Amino acid sequence: MLSLIIFFPALAAMLGFLIEEKSIKVYGVCIAFIELLLTLFMWFGFDARQVGFSLVTQIPLVEFLNINYFVGVDGISLFLVVLSAFMTLIGLMSLSEKGNLKHLVISILFLEMTMAGVFLALDAVLFYIFWELSLLPMLYIIGAWGSGNRIYAAIKFFIYTFFGSIFMLVGMLAMAYLSYKANGNWSFSLIDWQNLSLPLKTQIWLFLAFFIAFAVKTPMFPFHTWLPYAHGQAPTIGSVLLAAVLLKMGTYGFVRFSLPMFPDASVELFDTVAILAVIMVIYTALIAYAQDDMKQVIAYSSISHMGIIVLGIFAMNAEGISGAIFLMISHGIVSGALFLLVGVIYERRHTKMIAEFGGLASVMPKYALIFCIVMLGSIGLPLTIGFVGEFLSLAGIFKTNALYAVLGGIGIIVGAIYMLNLFRKVFYGVCDKEENLALKDLNLTELTTLVPLCLLVLYLGVSPNLILKPIDFSVRYMVEKMQKKASERETVWFINDANRVGEQR
Amino acid sequence: MNDLIFIDIDQLNLASVASMFSLIVFALFILCIGTFKKDLSRTFYTVFCLIAIMLNAGIVIDHNILSMGFFDLMLIDGISVISQIVILTASSLFIPLALSTKPFFEYKVSEFYALFLFMIAGFEFMVSSNNLILIFIGLETSSLALYTLIALHNKIRSIEAAIKYFTMGALGAGFFVFGAAMFYMTTGSTEINVIGEVIQESGLQNSMIATLGCIFMFSAIGFKLSLIPFHTWVPDVYEGTNAPLAGYMSVVPKVAGFIVALRLFESLSHSQIAWVDEMLYISAILTMSLANIMALVQRDVKRMLAFSSIAHAGFVLCAIVVGTSQSNTALFFYWIMFLFANLGAFSMLWVARCDDTVCWDRRFKHPFDKFAGLIKTLPSYAVIMAIFMVALAGIPPFSVFWGKMYLISAAIAEGHIFLAVVMAINSALAIYYYLKLVVYMFLKEPIVSDKNLYIANTSSALKVIVGFAVITTAGAIFMIDFLLEFIASFVLASGF
Repeated sequence: MLSLIIFFPALAAMLGFLIEEKSIKVYGVCIAFIELLLTLFMWFGFDARQVGFSLVTQIPLVEFLNINYFVGVDGISLFLVVLSAFMTLIGLMSLSEKGNLKHLVISILFLEMTMAGVFLALDAVLFYIFWELSLLPMLYIIGAWGSGNRIYAAIKFFIYTFFGSIFMLVGMLAMAYLSYKANGNWSFSLIDWQNLSLPLKTQIWLFLAFFIAFAVKTPMFPFHTWLPYAHGQAPTIGSVLLAAVLLKMGTYGFVRFSLPMFPDASVELFDTVAILAVIMVIYTALIAYAQDDMKQVIAYSSISHMGIIVLGIFAMNAEGISGAIFLMISHGIVSGALFLLVGVIYERRHTKMIAEFGGLASVMPKYALIFCIVMLGSIGLPLTIGFVGEFLSLAGIFKTNALYAVLGGIGIIVGAIYMLNLFRKVFYGVCDKEENLALKDLNLTELTTLVPLCLLVLYLGVSPNLILKPIDFSVRYMVEKMQKKASERETVWFINDANRVGEQR
Repeated sequence: MNDLIFIDIDQLNLASVASMFSLIVFALFILCIGTFKKDLSRTFYTVFCLIAIMLNAGIVIDHNILSMGFFDLMLIDGISVISQIVILTASSLFIPLALSTKPFFEYKVSEFYALFLFMIAGFEFMVSSNNLILIFIGLETSSLALYTLIALHNKIRSIEAAIKYFTMGALGAGFFVFGAAMFYMTTGSTEINVIGEVIQESGLQNSMIATLGCIFMFSAIGFKLSLIPFHTWVPDVYEGTNAPLAGYMSVVPKVAGFIVALRLFESLSHSQIAWVDEMLYISAILTMSLANIMALVQRDVKRMLAFSSIAHAGFVLCAIVVGTSQSNTALFFYWIMFLFANLGAFSMLWVARCDDTVCWDRRFKHPFDKFAGLIKTLPSYAVIMAIFMVALAGIPPFSVFWGKMYLISAAIAEGHIFLAVVMAINSALAIYYYLKLVVYMFLKEPIVSDKNLYIANTSSALKVIVGFAVITTAGAIFMIDFLLEFIASFVLASGF
């Protein structure tokens, strides 16, 4: 089942070469739709009360190093896979690029495979393969269909992420070697690694090796500079997938690798990470306020939100981590929708500058309404999807350390300021530009892609339990495991403290 | 009096219909898309069908062997799995042939692809049931779709062929229902295994009605399998159909038919009902010999292949006559070997498909003269075609030879020496007409030197399919071990 989810898009992409240009978009949409159905089947086949991974498949690949094709799903990865299938579908439906559409659709389908692969892999080598493979389609998408300085942006994106992941590869080999020393056989299985106990010093080094890879991908301050470029130049669908899914690979890595494998190191380095995350939240929020390009505003706001996700993850309690994972999903939906909305206006006016617009609400009322709902979701208004995740993440970090929570909260306030400011400048005021008066409102294709996103923003904001329950279950199990595994006393206390409810330290 | 029946959904075992269901969903999907988007190209539909077939193959392979569903209406056992794999392989080789260079009407409409998927679903129902009613529904679903597919070619000949096939098929369907009704009358059941048991236990072996039912059944299945004397539709229909579909017809519907025959006649001959064994025996010998003799005098390659496919069907019928697990394994093995060579030969005719304006012969589309001296003008075509012909004739290193050898050895092992001798004589007969084409291609002088006439319809998709068929035909020797083991494991698992 999981193998089908991973390889179906790739198979379809290869067959896609046979298809003529004019039908390729329908083909892409059909394939993405089927893939979404498959992931939904996976969701129904998933037993939420099962501890550990379900739907596991294991086939040996390289015997003497014990590298396996090993996939499985739990509450943490389940919704990320569904999200990536869903956003791919939405992205393909909204596709409006002209020229060489065939290759674009095919690379997106390949990208879909790698995204599913990263989230479902339970073998480190497999994880690494998909992680690296995900760069190639993205490089091509940004480099070939981007705008402006696209080749520079694509290369920068590639080199940054590749550079980071090299450290991860070293870390992985070290882990495999350590497990060889401990158990007498090489192992790349994440489950084995999570059971391996290591001395503090080794843990810190390995933690750092993995941390760099994930931090670049997330992207954390000070490795974030590739993201605005990549977003700025990428075509709409590239930005959507980049923001909605690819960034989540980094934070997913924190949850899957860093915390359960190196609990002591995570506690030891908690302050460093948290400070970086806080800087990331506030600093990028301020930058976002100063931007005059709509896409850049959203790109920087993404970084800011990712900061809150990192804070939530390193709160090391169930609330924080589940909140962070929920925020990953909600941010995926919201930022994807925002990029689509910008894409809509860019296609009509061929500019994304805020100063070019004003008073659009009177010309494009439907557009303004949808933009408003999504924007409110982005700033985390209660009863929208953004609120749940942000609230839980900050509540989690508040229990661990109140100061960081306050600082993170400031980021949200600034977030409200820049988003509302953007909205004011673009949609209110007098519509005085002549080109803007002639703008057409959303057409049917755009409505079919955007309305489902809006409904999700509202629905999951009102009843988040649908997806929060399975996430929470898996996270609690993981935290428990972390606590058991921790070798240093302080770590145990720390995690205990973080998870205690309603008591003073 | 209102007794509502409550059925738990788990009792139905929905997984047993998952593979057919997925095909039907895909077919409906294609119909929907075809309504909304008119201008989709045939590449899209072809690839979409291919994906549907591959997904379906995944489901079939993934399925646990031996499961029942819908109150034993569905029966997925080893036989059903292996035959579904054969059907899907042939289908996935067939559908890319739609991507020929010349556009044809039938490949432009979405209904063609939807009907194609419905047809496969029908075949899958046929092979995975023990119930005569469900088999009948599967048979009709697939046959009606097939008639339409033939007619969609939109030439006067193809419509003639479709109507001919339809009338004959309707007669066959009527026979099938009569047969089922008579079995129900005598035994009170439509389940094949129950019919066999009841006949044996209650001593109905000489019952007039049961024997009549048996004869009706035999004629219905005989129509599907084109056994003599129910073969008369075959050459005309094949001639009118376009080449790939004719190749497909000569392979896939017959697999489904053979499975039904296997299940039914195995059960009946265990019950020792009168005449069954004799009927099968005589029919097998007649089919082989007469079809081969008729093929000798054909002047058109396609008609020759039509008669030869009848003869091959007769060969495979011998496997059912012998009725051991070795011969049942041989049935599948022979048919898989035949599949590649036959589909390859028909695709080569498809490659050589030229305009209707170019006329070789007033009556025939592919007369032997057309291929005269091809070795001089188009050597690669001639060699590939020769490989398929030699393989179909059963000359050693190529595929069908191994099938024949295995089948004959199964017959000898069971003591059917006379049958084995007839099979051997027929193999020798068949060599003559297959070699006739080779002789025309290699030894005669070319009539025209314009080689573009022969490759007018090639495209890369066709080349890939033909290449695949050549490799499997020529390299069959490397596959036989694996294939035999694979088939035997499935056949033994279902107790045949």
